[in-house]
Amino acid sequence: MQHAEPLDHGVAETPSLGVDNRKLLMWLFLGSEAMFFGSLIATYLLYRGKSVSGPFPGHGFEYNIPYTSVSSFVLLMSSLTMVLALAAIQRGDQRGLRTWLLATAMLGLVFVGGQAFEFTSFVEKGVTIHTNVFGSSFFTLTGFHGAHVTVGIVILLSLFVMALRGRITPENSLTIELAGLYWHFVDVVWILIFTLVYLYSAH
Amino acid sequence: MSHAPQTSDPTQGGTSAAARHVGHPGAKEYVVIAVILAVVTAIEVGVYYIQGQLGPVYKPMLAILSIGKFAMVAMFFMHLKFDSRFFSLVFVTGILVAVAVFVVFLSMIRVFFV
Repeated sequence: MQHAEPLDHGVAETPSLGVDNRKLLMWLFLGSEAMFFGSLIATYLLYRGKSVSGPFPGHGFEYNIPYTSVSSFVLLMSSLTMVLALAAIQRGDQRGLRTWLLATAMLGLVFVGGQAFEFTSFVEKGVTIHTNVFGSSFFTLTGFHGAHVTVGIVILLSLFVMALRGRITPENSLTIELAGLYWHFVDVVWILIFTLVYLYSAH
Repeated sequence: MSHAPQTSDPTQGGTSAAARHVGHPGAKEYVVIAVILAVVTAIEVGVYYIQGQLGPVYKPMLAILSIGKFAMVAMFFMHLKFDSRFFSLVFVTGILVAVAVFVVFLSMIRVFFV
């Protein structure tokens, strides 16, 4: 039987499925994350309009759609910069990698900052995680999403530091690709949240 | 089982996987896709402000637009279109399970019953 060539940490990586184990692991993780966010979104939708007290959309509370639209645009553009970072390192462009990685992290920070500001404005309007089922389901869903974005920013900044030290090459560009898969997933979750939570709200 | 010659790129995994990496979008294509996504987002927001005139078409229209955006990011930015179909299977299975749980939950609270 032909043996797979071991990686530098001694683990054979060529699997029988013909795909890279690390990429497969990331996709399995994203599949589980899809179930996680799916359940949170479903919970929000099921509780929609069922609060018995306190402000909720259509009853003393309205989302700031223009503000959230800008946030959505920022996160969409961060997906572009992320994929440009991957394209850069795949053609050996180290400077492009660092530029686009940093741009992605900065855009992510803008998004998270915007979310934090939005949350404080909601609290000022009397909506907190304790107020009613709208508040608890909304903040749980968007809070978990924001936490995922924050983790993504930490990953991106770590990769930026690695890139500064010349530790990311076209040969190990899979590292960037895996980070990119996570980041794009965070973006697609927001695409769904923006539509189902914000745009589906009572007018 | 015969294996394709080992390459320095561990993601190749065989001739068929290497062949599927051909045709990845370039920077220009990625920018075009991002512009399309931004335009669709603008359309969604525009539709929000005329939802009264759209009536029952509003929510299905938004759903189609957002699913389209989801698919574009998954296929092009996440490279699902160009990568092994097994990744698509794994990802879509997670989504289908989430949708199934949602439908079952809705049925439990009798949303689908008159």
